[in-house]
Amino acid sequence: MKNPKHLLWLIIILTLLAVIIDLPKDYRINFSLGKLKIDQTISSPQLNINLGFLKINRDLNIKEGLDLSGGTHLVLQADMKDISSDKRDIALNSATEIISRRVNLYGVSEPIVQSAKAGGEYRIIVELPGVKNIDQAIELIGQTAQLDFREFKDSTASSFIIPTIDNTNTTGVTGKDLQKAQAEFDPQTGAPVVAFTMTDDGAKKFEAVTKKLLNKPLAIFLDEIPISWPTVNAVISKNGVISGNFTTQQTKQLTLQLNAGALPVPIKIVEQRNVGATLGRESVKKSLVAGVIGLLIVAVFMLLNYGFMGLISVVALIIYTLLSIAIFKLIPITLTLAGIAGFILSIGMAVDANILIFERMKEEERSGKSKKTAIELGFIRAWSSIKDSNISSLITCAVLYYFGTGMIRGFALTLAVGVLVSMFSAITVTETLLKNFYRDLNSNNK
Amino acid sequence: MIDIVGKKWWYFLISGLVIIPGLLSLLVFGLRFSIDFTGGTLLEIQSSKINNSEDVRKIIQDNKIELSSLTKTGSDTYILRTKAIDNNQNVRLQADLSKKYGEVKELRYETVGPTIGSELAKKALMSLIVTSFMIVLYIAWSFRTVPKPYSSLKFGLCAIAALLHDAFVLIGLFSIFGYLFKVEVDSLFVTALLTVIGFSVHDTIVVFDRIRENLRRMPGKSFSFITNESIIQTMGRSLSTTFTVLLTLFSLLLFGGETIRWFVVALFIGFISGTYSSIFNAAPLLVLWEEKAGFHKQSG
Repeated sequence: MKNPKHLLWLIIILTLLAVIIDLPKDYRINFSLGKLKIDQTISSPQLNINLGFLKINRDLNIKEGLDLSGGTHLVLQADMKDISSDKRDIALNSATEIISRRVNLYGVSEPIVQSAKAGGEYRIIVELPGVKNIDQAIELIGQTAQLDFREFKDSTASSFIIPTIDNTNTTGVTGKDLQKAQAEFDPQTGAPVVAFTMTDDGAKKFEAVTKKLLNKPLAIFLDEIPISWPTVNAVISKNGVISGNFTTQQTKQLTLQLNAGALPVPIKIVEQRNVGATLGRESVKKSLVAGVIGLLIVAVFMLLNYGFMGLISVVALIIYTLLSIAIFKLIPITLTLAGIAGFILSIGMAVDANILIFERMKEEERSGKSKKTAIELGFIRAWSSIKDSNISSLITCAVLYYFGTGMIRGFALTLAVGVLVSMFSAITVTETLLKNFYRDLNSNNK
Repeated sequence: MIDIVGKKWWYFLISGLVIIPGLLSLLVFGLRFSIDFTGGTLLEIQSSKINNSEDVRKIIQDNKIELSSLTKTGSDTYILRTKAIDNNQNVRLQADLSKKYGEVKELRYETVGPTIGSELAKKALMSLIVTSFMIVLYIAWSFRTVPKPYSSLKFGLCAIAALLHDAFVLIGLFSIFGYLFKVEVDSLFVTALLTVIGFSVHDTIVVFDRIRENLRRMPGKSFSFITNESIIQTMGRSLSTTFTVLLTLFSLLLFGGETIRWFVVALFIGFISGTYSSIFNAAPLLVLWEEKAGFHKQSG
């Protein structure tokens, strides 16, 4: 790849790819140019990679942190005193999984539920974008629903009698036997129903119960409250359906409760934050404006200071911005306010490498070297300080990432991406552009 | 020829003029730690009907909540800082407030447990120590080719001295800001501090790198001459880079919104200090050390 023409093409292709990835979602272009009318919605592509072992399938939207989208941030601490030390990791993971399931069923878009061990503490971090009501969120996470399938004591009772705890006996089938529940619609009537799947054990028990109660009512209790008492129409083992006069809202709710199950460890809340969405949206807008203005000022400064070379560094800077945003979308990095600040900061630092090189070129030229030699020496001699200084920045990023949580991590990650991409843009991109477009470099005299 | 190394004591004095008041303030007033560090609850409420903050205080006391501060932040918004309260206590408090003032809007509700707070402080300190240590190691390794009798470890330690200079400038000034403007030190401040540290070393390395190169190119010259030469040679770059970074930060300061204002201020101060310390402190300090060691006397 020594040929500058080849490298130029590589850079152009990379930039185009980045532009495609960077496209906003469902952005409508609508304008007319004389007779030509354009009305099209453009969108960044879905990522669909299937390499056997590697399956990636997701959209390419920028993930916004809570401080931008607004929502609820909770840190839960698991009380592990009753759990033997070798089982604590498992308990934490399964608690995380259950909470994650509850949150997903609740329909929060892009929630984050992750376990975190800090010192001897076992914690779960929950971020619920868009959820403003902390009560609701806590209830959702903390509740443990007890599901119980019961039969009437009086075996001749019809389904017109309202079941209670007193007039029924448990069949022995409970929520523990349930693998999962799902809100669906009856294929015939279109009425909202809850479909459920039993565990292997539960399926055996359930088969026996339904055989016994064929054509008789089976009462389903949730936390000792009857929610439905359908008549058993057929022997059911693995898969069944709960129907009743449900609304879609109710089946969703019921599914949620059925899936909730019990947490393996008691948890308590040690940190909670509620961020208003308007505050976040305002910040995004402001930071974007700040970023664009920052970029413009830097561009003007580079042009004034370095002329044609400055122009090239501005092009490199634009490529840098496009590539970085593409990487943010690909990894994906959750963008927080601090992250945006980190990125805008990295724009300033990205030109540093260029400045180092250009200043070096000026110096070499002053000491009597030809322009061509000066440019080449500029790249070679500036390299050691670019390398050392950027590695020290990366060390800081790594330490920040290792010790930090949430916001600080986001910042460290954006800054690290910035540093790495800037090395590519400031050195490879600038050098290639110079070699291709700078006339003095292509002629051998002066 | 500008003589920076020769006037090093003047530059150390300027640093002292900024750092010493900051440190004094740190001793006397300390830092205003946010609930990120101390643990506790922060409530921001909005109501146009509140006309006397004493009444609000009373309602809070009646709820048996320990209030540490109540600040009016806008025409009708108030920030309450209390010992950590749980959600039930908060709901009761909101109900009582609404009973008296009609609709009271809860804009923000944050609770940080005391353990989380002290963890952040521990982590921040650990990051600072680990970063410094790793950077000393990296510089000592990267500068191992520095010609004898100069030692790469000294380069590393002087870079750390500049790093600590910037950390103290920032922490000291924020202690003063905390006293004067009630500015709080939160996790964003820690981020700013660590970024500044990264940049400070970044900047110092550029100067040191030139010293390393010039030591090889000008074998006959004294260490202080070479250092001065190197500072002058890299000055253009240092100022240009800092200027561009400050331009972007300035843009953030003007247009970036309230939430990150003090974060940006911290970066702003830190970058100026970082550039200053690498030009006027780190390299001259290296000279001072090498001269004390007596290897090379100043000869011009």
